[in-house]
Amino acid sequence: MSLAGYEVEVQRDGGLTTEEMTLNMGPQHPSTHGVLRFIVKADGEVMRTAIPDIGYLHRSIEKISEKVGYHGFMPYTDRVDYVSAMQCNQGWGMVCERIAGIQVPRRGEFCRVIACELGRIASHLLAVGAMVQDIGAYTPFLHALREREKINDLLEELCGARLTFNYMRIGGVAWDLPAGYPEKVTTFLDKFDPFIDEYNDLISYNKLYVERLVNVGVVSKEEAINYNLVGPNLRACGFKYDVRRDEPYSIYAELEFDVPVGTGEMGTLGDCFDRYMVRIQEMSESGKIVRQCLNMMPPGPVLAKVARKLKPPVGDAYIRVEGARGDMGWYVVSDGSEFPYRTKIRTGSFAAMSIVDKVSRGLMIADLIALIASFDVVAPEVDR
Amino acid sequence: MTPVEVYHKIKERFGEAIESFNEKALDPSIVVKPDAIVEICRFLKEDPALAFDCLSNMSGVDYLKENKIQVVSHLYSYPHRHKIVVKVDVPRENPIMPSVEGVWKAANWQEREIYDLLGVVFTGHPDLRRLLMPEDWVGHPLRKDFVEPEEYHGISTRRESLLK
Amino acid sequence: MQEFIDRLIANGAFAGMPVEVVYALMMLLFGLVVVFGFFLPIAGVTSWLERRVWARIQSRIGPNRVGPQGFLQWLADGIKLLLKEDIVPDAADRPLFLFAPYFVVWGIVATFVVIPFSSNLIIADMNVGILYLTAVTALVVVGVLMAGWASNNKWALIGGIRSAAQIISYEIPAGLALLPVVLLTGTLSTQGIIRAQGWAPWGWFAFHNPFTFVAAFMFYVAALAEGNRTPFDIPEAESELVAGFCTEYSGFRYLLFFMAEWGNLYVIGAVATTLFFGGWQVPLWTDSVVLLNISQFTVFFLKSYLWVLISMWVRATLPRVRVDQLMILCWKYLVPIGFVNLIGTAIWMVIWPHGNRVVQYGMVLLAVAVLVQFFRRVRFHLRRARPELYYSPAI
Repeated sequence: MSLAGYEVEVQRDGGLTTEEMTLNMGPQHPSTHGVLRFIVKADGEVMRTAIPDIGYLHRSIEKISEKVGYHGFMPYTDRVDYVSAMQCNQGWGMVCERIAGIQVPRRGEFCRVIACELGRIASHLLAVGAMVQDIGAYTPFLHALREREKINDLLEELCGARLTFNYMRIGGVAWDLPAGYPEKVTTFLDKFDPFIDEYNDLISYNKLYVERLVNVGVVSKEEAINYNLVGPNLRACGFKYDVRRDEPYSIYAELEFDVPVGTGEMGTLGDCFDRYMVRIQEMSESGKIVRQCLNMMPPGPVLAKVARKLKPPVGDAYIRVEGARGDMGWYVVSDGSEFPYRTKIRTGSFAAMSIVDKVSRGLMIADLIALIASFDVVAPEVDR
Repeated sequence: MTPVEVYHKIKERFGEAIESFNEKALDPSIVVKPDAIVEICRFLKEDPALAFDCLSNMSGVDYLKENKIQVVSHLYSYPHRHKIVVKVDVPRENPIMPSVEGVWKAANWQEREIYDLLGVVFTGHPDLRRLLMPEDWVGHPLRKDFVEPEEYHGISTRRESLLK
Repeated sequence: MQEFIDRLIANGAFAGMPVEVVYALMMLLFGLVVVFGFFLPIAGVTSWLERRVWARIQSRIGPNRVGPQGFLQWLADGIKLLLKEDIVPDAADRPLFLFAPYFVVWGIVATFVVIPFSSNLIIADMNVGILYLTAVTALVVVGVLMAGWASNNKWALIGGIRSAAQIISYEIPAGLALLPVVLLTGTLSTQGIIRAQGWAPWGWFAFHNPFTFVAAFMFYVAALAEGNRTPFDIPEAESELVAGFCTEYSGFRYLLFFMAEWGNLYVIGAVATTLFFGGWQVPLWTDSVVLLNISQFTVFFLKSYLWVLISMWVRATLPRVRVDQLMILCWKYLVPIGFVNLIGTAIWMVIWPHGNRVVQYGMVLLAVAVLVQFFRRVRFHLRRARPELYYSPAI
């Protein structure tokens, strides 16, 4: 039980004693972001600080990698960020391929990108849906989940699982696309593009919703870079940087897509509304990427031949992959054996949690919920 | 800039603080003495030609056989789009090194995590306490010689092996 | 009702009993009839209907297992909550904690006394009916504050205080929205207000002049805020405060809070109908008193239930406002508009003491035009988004 942060400030003026109220927004909370705890010191409704207390979902995944080996770690990577598990799979695959010098076949890369982008759409749907639900609108959340169900069905057809996919392997992907898959994906994408317009009409520009989000939690570009905010959180501050475009990996260099940036259209640049709109716009971009991939897919194998007991040379490697919550850094140290010596996963939500304390000064308690939702924090990423 | 050029720029300014430079690795890395880490990081961040404004990752690696803990920082520059790896070795018995939190705020939680899981003490850190483990946990779990305690607050950690 | 009982006594129905005892027994009987025969089923059926309507708006089905179309779901929930363990937190203020839900329910059920279901079906046609209504709904504040304080839970306290501030603040716009109608009729009695309206839309007070039109919607908004309904459901904001002031409650006391809320939905609809939308007025189509009363009751019920359905629709669509935005809305926007309405209606009455037929017809046409535009927008959105539509109400 952590008692840090429970010290209370007592003020006495003119015979009236006021105290700060220490509230515990506990690990169990209906806000759908996992087990996160905040110790909120509030002066009525206005917060003085909100100290995050993490570690409730710490499963020591990094230490487990030292026991299960390179191939065996792939299912564990799904659990690092289970909302967008495909990108985590790709991250681990890429870092092992880099350190072992394995080349993924071209068709395998295309399958990876299709899976990742569909996963990104699914993750953003959940992020956006959970955000509107925290603000209080119950309907758009369920509409977003309805679309996410369709993506889950597509991914289930691809790899057999709906949440923790374990689809990729070191050296490619496990299975090729099933027969008739491109048509199904195209049908889904055709229905999905007008859905984003409907969603925007329903909630994005609704006056009540906009009033809740504008000018809340403004993060400037310099602050964002200093705290290592990544992904949509960084792009919402007006900084156009995407790992897929600026440090391209896999086949992203050949694909054409735009990187949406926050514009401060409704309020200040870098507030919660910008972070929300960047995610909405990224969903359509991911749809474009999937369409291009389906058109460009070459025939061939999807998995390179990799040794059963993979023994990379001694050394270390670091790669960054653009996950749904920003770029994830994967660092692996190899000592020549078939088990990694050290794995480190640096996730986007980790930095987002660290900036919450600073950004939440002076906000109201209701704004704290909107802030955490707009940073798109998922607890498994923070704690690993 | 390539990592070699970065290395030369650091070397001409902080020659004696650099211990080694691994050029042949996948990610060329510079090993730096612990005392000089803060000045070097500040130089890396503020020099206009280098401009490493993003601390992309900071991890601690426990080398039991060489009796050291290595803190690896991956730096990235958004203006110039180049990267470098800076490593610091601290002895295992007394792992103390200065904190770079004043240079990049991103290091705040990264250093807390390294302290929590590996026991490296970062001097000058404003709030060095455990991050992931509970406040009253004993030991540093990510160390190679970490032995799980028998119980925690009366809950036993021994369980029968499922593999029998 | 009093005349009815007096006539019965005069006809010798209760020979030998003192009048006061007859009155007391009748009051008890009517109270039981209202609570068990009307309030409870209404609250329960509204909860079922709300879940079904919500579900269809959210592209899902809603309860459909317990009984035909899930109609008995509310009974099942009620029985379940009755059988649950009644937990009182150890450090809670026990008498306040146990008593708080009852204040909330009293505040709502007591309003049924003046709701005119038809020209003869009203429990007590007090000549201060509207004033009584406003006063009695303020009991809810007492109950909510008691619940929040007595729970010994900081989050419940915050929810209780927010709710008290909200309800007290929105009493003012609600009262200000009632006043134009009182000016127009000169009476506070609910039956009197309905009798001053006609059966046709252009006879209703909502379309009498532009100021009462605005007052009608202002009343609806203020009444929603008083009833803690989205977009003003901050006290029970699920994603922030778990359940707000009723977090620590379980079992039947929890049910009481929610029954009060659903019953209040009906009261909002009934009062809005009474004041602005003609109440039970129907054209005199028959001489039979019974048939006339039945038709009046049906019309009143349908009109007030339409407002209940609109409340459910609003709750499903709109997000929540923040506490400070709520207060700003009340004090900076609704109260000035309320005063403008009041003074505007007074000036209107000076200029046109018997109302202005042209304006009334014009307002009705305006309302019809708004409805037509609404349906056109719905058609536009359906064409643009091309969602899959399921027309059958019963899935």
